[in-house]
Amino acid sequence: MSNHNHDAHAHHGDHDHHEDDTPHGSLYDYVVGFVLSVILTAIPFWLVMGKVIDDKTVLSLILLGIGAVQIVVHMVYFLHMSPKSQGGWNLMALIFTLVLVVITMAGSMWVMYHLHSNMMPMPVNMNSMP
Amino acid sequence: MSEHFDLSKMIFGRLSWEAIPYHEPILIFTFIGVILGGIVVVGALSYFKLWGPLWRNWITSIDHKKIGIMYMILGLVMFVRGFADALMMRGQQALSFGDNMGYLPPHHYDQVFTAHGVIMIFFFAMPIVTGLMNYIVPLQIGARDVSFPFLNNFSFWMTASGAALVMVSLFVGEFAKTGWLAYPPLSGIMQSPDVGVDYYIWALQIAGVGTLLSGVNLIVTIIKMRAPGMTMMKMPVFTWTALCTNILIVAAFPILTAVLAMLSCDRYLDTNFFTSDLGGSAMLYVNLIWIWGHPEVYILVLPVFGIFSEVVATFCKKRLFGYTSMVYATVVITILSYIVWLHHFFTMGAGASVNSFFGISTMIISIPTGAKLFNWLFTMYHGRIRFELPMVWTVGFMVTFVIGGMTGVMLAVPAADFVLHNSLFLIAHFHNVIIGGVVFGAFAAINYWFPKAFGFKLDYKWGLASFWFWFVGFWVAFTPLYVLGFMGVTRRMSHFDDPSLQIWFQIAAVGGLLVALGIACFFIQIGVSFMNRKKLADVTGDPWDGRTLEWSTSSPPPDYNFAFTPVVHEQDAWFDMKKNGFKRPTEGFIAIHMPKNTGAGFILAMISAAIGFALIWHMWLPVIVCFAALIAAVIIHTFNYNRDYHIPADEVVAVENERTRLLSSHV
Repeated sequence: MSNHNHDAHAHHGDHDHHEDDTPHGSLYDYVVGFVLSVILTAIPFWLVMGKVIDDKTVLSLILLGIGAVQIVVHMVYFLHMSPKSQGGWNLMALIFTLVLVVITMAGSMWVMYHLHSNMMPMPVNMNSMP
Repeated sequence: MSEHFDLSKMIFGRLSWEAIPYHEPILIFTFIGVILGGIVVVGALSYFKLWGPLWRNWITSIDHKKIGIMYMILGLVMFVRGFADALMMRGQQALSFGDNMGYLPPHHYDQVFTAHGVIMIFFFAMPIVTGLMNYIVPLQIGARDVSFPFLNNFSFWMTASGAALVMVSLFVGEFAKTGWLAYPPLSGIMQSPDVGVDYYIWALQIAGVGTLLSGVNLIVTIIKMRAPGMTMMKMPVFTWTALCTNILIVAAFPILTAVLAMLSCDRYLDTNFFTSDLGGSAMLYVNLIWIWGHPEVYILVLPVFGIFSEVVATFCKKRLFGYTSMVYATVVITILSYIVWLHHFFTMGAGASVNSFFGISTMIISIPTGAKLFNWLFTMYHGRIRFELPMVWTVGFMVTFVIGGMTGVMLAVPAADFVLHNSLFLIAHFHNVIIGGVVFGAFAAINYWFPKAFGFKLDYKWGLASFWFWFVGFWVAFTPLYVLGFMGVTRRMSHFDDPSLQIWFQIAAVGGLLVALGIACFFIQIGVSFMNRKKLADVTGDPWDGRTLEWSTSSPPPDYNFAFTPVVHEQDAWFDMKKNGFKRPTEGFIAIHMPKNTGAGFILAMISAAIGFALIWHMWLPVIVCFAALIAAVIIHTFNYNRDYHIPADEVVAVENERTRLLSSHV
């Protein structure tokens, strides 16, 4: 799909505005994606409903981890993200977005934690100040 | 009876005749002036039967060139308004000492400085920058339009609607009195129960939609529509900076939208995001809005760096020194601009560890910027410099901007910032970089690309006068503010008691008047050039011996920009083509597929403005009606399949033959 050439595009491209560079995925891909996401949904459901793990912290970390894997599965099999799609721009945009979201969230939490503990009038234990 | 009362409340909300500020003579005279001017314009349009052409050729146009020009006009109109605010502030501060309270009451003065900031950033600088990118980028990359031409028209009208709401606040109700970023708790419903902050919120939200969509549009255009052969590292520097700017827009503006949405929830729905109750924090607003606000600074200044890069290379007759480093510096600034936001509130109390991180990151961001300056200097070194107007502005920029940058690095030192925070030193600093950077860059760009857009050069004499009034006026106006800042005078004051300060404010007011003369010279320059347009005409399409593709078409370019898509082999594609004896094709033209004009963008934006106005005044019934109308208009537009047409080959031949005739008549 990506070795598509420009001249061909100029001839037929006028009337259909379909984006030709996007891989559409085979039935096989969709089935694999579907099965994986069902498994990744079933496991946390079982973990919670079957009360398999007692420790709340461990449980929530596992659930978050599986959720993250689920996101990746969706991106690969349903959104067709790969290092090659759209000439690499998709992956680059994803990485850029992740970097910015991490900067924004982590930075805000860091800044607000300090602001909060330094500036907010509340019954705090003064020894715990950063 | 009570039912009737409720209905009128539903329709008119808080709006009543008391909202019209007829007790304020300044506003009333302005209003009368606007009405008279409006009657003249409407009368002239009707008399010369221009309504049809205006609607067909401009309002509904989805040609990126016309939209770019409309952005520039919007920016210049709002610039005049914003500058009028600036002169009012300079006048008030020069007069208001001791017993003299000046001529502006404090609540009016507060609106003036808020409107000045909001207008200059959102409705002058942003439209100018977006307009330039819209006009130039497709031409520079050899494209016929942007990726989503209809979206482009819609974006413009959303920006214009936001601007219109700010202007309406002048005569119906009032504007925010909170400063241009509307920090809570002052902007909360307890401290600002009136409509001012609501005007602010909805004007920015509506304009923000336009800005965000035009950002998406230009990113896709640059990535997908470059001429064959133009790899990323062969793109003109202006296109590179435009790409980075639009990436910043797309990444940063959602944060502004979210912050303003939370503020409006606090004001409309009694939530507590930014109050001190129920775990809310006003400091979170300051934190979040600057995560948008700092990238915004670079959104404005990066394209301007691109402009200067083009201008320097063209008028020094040299390839830009250090193209690669210029690109990397731009990309590095794009990333770094996200990790410096806290330097806007060092004094809020985040403590030593946080402040030192952001202080150091702020100092680091000056390095790529410095690298750019050296690149421009080295391009000039041993170049054949022609001091045409764009180059004059560029040199003025380099001198002014460096000093602004250095005061910025001073402010980046947290310990120094504790002394200078919120003082006039800060005001002088950011005007130094914004005027020295963005405004000078806008004038350089206007002088540089005007012949491309309109087919004639701008008058040199008046342009030079404009530059010198601006340059001298700027320094006369802002050097006193640096001095006053060192004395500890804070910003946003409408009255002073200490008479020893007055002389500095009077000097600054003189500077403001000099700048006013500079602006007047600029408009005279345009008028004089229009009168002499025959003599100043540019028939070649390449009046400056340019280097990039926009100079390879005629001035003004035909609707389709390029009869044949150019093929790029080198950086500075047009210079390369000229060097290798490029012959303009004169036959073999084929029909060209183009998008069709549509009024949908204008209609959607006007309905959005109406929703904004209704929300501001709590007119719930009109809100619902307009919202339904908006959804209906969107759905109707999706059924419009008549969106494209072909410019017939005959017409292309006629246009190109005319160009051939012009070119041969010139040689």
